[in-house]
Amino acid sequence: MIRIVDYGVGNIQAFMTIFKRLGLDATRARTADELEGATRLVLPGVGAFDHAMTLLNQSGMRPRLEDMVLARQVPVIGICVGMQMLASGSDEGQLPGLDWVPGRVKALASHPQSKDLPMPHMGWNDIRIRPGEKLFTDFEPDPRFYFLHSYYFDAQDKDDVAATAEYGHHFDCIVSRGHIHGVQCHPEKSHHFGAQLLKNFAVL
Amino acid sequence: MLRPRIIPCLLVHKGGLVKTRKFGSPKYVGDPINAVKIFNEKESDELMVVDIDAAVNKAEPNYGLIAKLAAECRMPLCYGGGITTAEQASRIIDLGVEKVSVSSAAIADPALLTRMAEAIGRQSVVAVLDVRKKSGLFSKGYELCTHNARTVHKVDPFAFARQLQEAGAGEIVVNSVDRDGEMAGYDIELARQMRAGLRVPLTILGGAGSLDDVGQLLGACGVIGAAAGSLFVFKGQYRAVLINYPTQQQKDDLCRAALRDRDQK
Repeated sequence: MIRIVDYGVGNIQAFMTIFKRLGLDATRARTADELEGATRLVLPGVGAFDHAMTLLNQSGMRPRLEDMVLARQVPVIGICVGMQMLASGSDEGQLPGLDWVPGRVKALASHPQSKDLPMPHMGWNDIRIRPGEKLFTDFEPDPRFYFLHSYYFDAQDKDDVAATAEYGHHFDCIVSRGHIHGVQCHPEKSHHFGAQLLKNFAVL
Repeated sequence: MLRPRIIPCLLVHKGGLVKTRKFGSPKYVGDPINAVKIFNEKESDELMVVDIDAAVNKAEPNYGLIAKLAAECRMPLCYGGGITTAEQASRIIDLGVEKVSVSSAAIADPALLTRMAEAIGRQSVVAVLDVRKKSGLFSKGYELCTHNARTVHKVDPFAFARQLQEAGAGEIVVNSVDRDGEMAGYDIELARQMRAGLRVPLTILGGAGSLDDVGQLLGACGVIGAAAGSLFVFKGQYRAVLINYPTQQQKDDLCRAALRDRDQK
């Protein structure tokens, strides 16, 4: 059973729709008790980092989430700002992140090679994947995903980087640290490429 | 490499989809949900849906329709029509929409974009500007319109687009009024001038009649959004309704050729 963490931010409905289409059992969780029973967790997020962290902290779900992910090792995938929340912190805000994957969220425009490009980074971009990752099982050649963001996750331990994308410079766009995953792009809106990734997450 | 976005733009009028010419004479082209299903199958880059009645009638956004569209849509969706507050924008995002577009309300009060950006993040805030060539005998340049081009504003559209960008827009859509529905090509000069003045993503709408027209826009402006209505809903000179969209291979070839030409210039 997949539980989508509904702490008040993000496109829960889009995930419900795609999991349903894939024939996967997914429900939204609004309370700590509703998280229980999850074999997979999806942490969505959009908007500003501090806003998302504040709502998650206030949701009453954070201690249970940490217990499930860190102690019970339930696989989790953070998406967009949900991925950024896995980091230790973000240059976009003041609040600390979940710190499940060491790294810091930085502005794309802070990089000299990206600073003159239009921001946000919006549209379909190629990703360069690390072969052998279970998230990328049965991927077609030249996978492409939809991006919509101005900040990115800079992983501290590059062994955690499963894929990169290029927008001025190459940045970490998918991280996998054991059972904890994060994707900056939007698999729920990336047609068959994204559907394959979510399907892989559900069975890995 | 980031690719240009090729975006079908669907207009909602009295619950159905229509296509206009120069913002008038709406022709019925089908059912919105059915069109979304077809664009899902064709894997379009994004989808833009605009309710052209809402702002004119000062009506609330049609949340029922938006929820249905968002649940069906498997590509990023931008919705516009009747949004006048940040709360409405938040509600639309919660329904599963990626981007919310505003036009007349933001032109009347650019601070609306600031409030929207605070509520939903500027990456989801889109400002649509309806622009047309000044038509007077001795007039030059472009003017900004709202309310289906019935109201003209005395501002410079280029400076105003920059102002909306500063206020909080994460994307600017420029809709060329005189090219609307004509299928005779984009207003490249307008696109070029807009691109040069902005640092947020830009999408041009109005005029595309063929994929060559899209190629010309990309050749002139590089990685940009190329939106079109007629091109993706009509077939042939008699404008028979047939929803169509290029394949991934066609898109890749088109973008590659256009951007290569651009690099060689």
